[in-house]
Amino acid sequence: MSTEASSRGDLARLPWISFSIIVVLVVAAVFAPLLAPHSPTEQSLPDKLRPPAWQEGGSMKHLLGTDVLGRDVLSRLVYGARVSLTVAAVALIAGGGVGLALGILAGYTGGRVDNFIMRVVDATLTFPTILIALLLAVSLGQGLGTIAIAITVIIWARFARIVRGEVLSVKTRDFVALARVHGCSHLRIMAVHIVPNVLNTFMVLLTLHIGFVVIVEATLSFLGAGIPPPTPSWGQMVSDGRSHIASAWWLSVVPGGAIMLVVLVFNLFGDWLRDWLDPRLRQV
Amino acid sequence: MASPGRVVLEVRDLHAYLYTRWGVVRAVDGVSFALREGETLGLVGESGCGKTMTALSVLRLMPEPAGRIVQGQVLLEGEDLVTKSESEMRRVRGRRISMILQDPQTSLNPVFTVGSQIVEALRMRYADGVDALRRLAEEALRRVKVAAPAERLRAFPHQMSGGMKQRVVGAIAVAGEPRVLIADEPTTALDVTIQLQYLVLLKEIQARTRLAMLFITHDFGIVARMCDRVAVMYAGRIVETGPTRALFRAPRHPYTAALMASVPRMEASVERLPSIEGQPPLLHHMPVGCRFAPRCSYVDDRCRREYPPVVPIGPAHEASCWRVEPSPPSR
Repeated sequence: MSTEASSRGDLARLPWISFSIIVVLVVAAVFAPLLAPHSPTEQSLPDKLRPPAWQEGGSMKHLLGTDVLGRDVLSRLVYGARVSLTVAAVALIAGGGVGLALGILAGYTGGRVDNFIMRVVDATLTFPTILIALLLAVSLGQGLGTIAIAITVIIWARFARIVRGEVLSVKTRDFVALARVHGCSHLRIMAVHIVPNVLNTFMVLLTLHIGFVVIVEATLSFLGAGIPPPTPSWGQMVSDGRSHIASAWWLSVVPGGAIMLVVLVFNLFGDWLRDWLDPRLRQV
Repeated sequence: MASPGRVVLEVRDLHAYLYTRWGVVRAVDGVSFALREGETLGLVGESGCGKTMTALSVLRLMPEPAGRIVQGQVLLEGEDLVTKSESEMRRVRGRRISMILQDPQTSLNPVFTVGSQIVEALRMRYADGVDALRRLAEEALRRVKVAAPAERLRAFPHQMSGGMKQRVVGAIAVAGEPRVLIADEPTTALDVTIQLQYLVLLKEIQARTRLAMLFITHDFGIVARMCDRVAVMYAGRIVETGPTRALFRAPRHPYTAALMASVPRMEASVERLPSIEGQPPLLHHMPVGCRFAPRCSYVDDRCRREYPPVVPIGPAHEASCWRVEPSPPSR
């Protein structure tokens, strides 16, 4: 009875605005071909540099205006969500998974294993993400895969470090000792007793890093080391609009705003998730 | 006193050392005791004398990689645990020897419900389906006197009081029907009224299952209430062991006597409680002779040269001190 009441309370506290924006983004990314009013790559020079619909000279045909080559900004934005979210999903699943596993191993095992893993983490974190991505872009060629790999290579270390710290505090608690007393193996203790205790930190890290990944991807595309044109990507759109910022503000501001919005809503969602996942905060 | 059951756990001349960067700490240095079915042996001594290390080495759970059993035997129903492999030990832990720790606040995993944690422990013993295990878990909670057990199964640890949590820990510890239960200061973190209830509960469990209990504490009140026999530990060794009453009435080792003297009494009003002068020896820098010699008020040259032998004093009562005369039971 009480649990029912509190779970209703949880849903009431769900950040509905953030959550619905996330849903809209995911739907847009998945169904981009159905939703986009135009092809994202179709050029139409007569229509170039149209302002958004609500401005003088804008039309309902191009809700968010068009770019230098007359491509529809809204359509490019929708397709761009695909790129951003795919990169985020791939990099976070791979990097987060590796980070979680190595962080738990390092924290639980301690000693030489811990030392070794953490020195690798330190080394990894000293490399600027952008530099690695640029190196990889040069050696592997540009593309979605390269970006995902570059971000994975960097991001696992952040996860590993924080997860390890959590594990260090969890493993000194008596229930871990008692699990040994009751005959659990080390592997089982890590999987069954430690993982659930660091999982909510991990989930929160995951959502907070979605923003990070989207920004890195945008930065790389902005620098020209990301997604090769003509595939639309938000960072590249910002970059393209830069030279026309005085006359056609929407070219940079619209994708820039989208990046900001994504980072913001995922951070808000992450905050809520942290509270929701902690049984102590959930049911008080 | 307990009816003499058969010996379940026997520890023979156990040496367990910790190899630290400051030197070898001889935490357990020649400990021997026997524990019978249905019996409670109190292991008392001040902090750092090796009580907990003794318990952990029985389970072969000394801190890794520093801790090592150097010598001796731990016989559980005749089988030597010291020579067992790690996977064989895993089948011993929880099923044949179990343990309760001091702090109920951290003894339960905060992210799982109490029910799933008891089920987890039961699963090690019984190969039943989840429903059957949940009924067993409910029964286990009822047996440790938790009110509304069916609802409590769904509760998280943070929703329970310390006393209730420690009951759950107790339920988990005996879920596998162990033959030996090691209780390491199980009531230290509980308040006094709850302590008594918990001790009564442990006694009831023991009466029902006839398990042998090794009760680690530094509270003589609890020893008097709980234990059939007492072993007093000092600096890694047992200095005196005997039936609780005999030992309380006439402690023979100067250390035991000094410990007893420092317990406040209701009847006598004293200005200042007597205390034992000095500090226990550093465990990695042990004196050659009797370890208590530097603090003992009866010390002589022989004490400083040689460790005293174990001297039988009365029925099941013995002490390691040069001053103690072997004597037949006085009464």
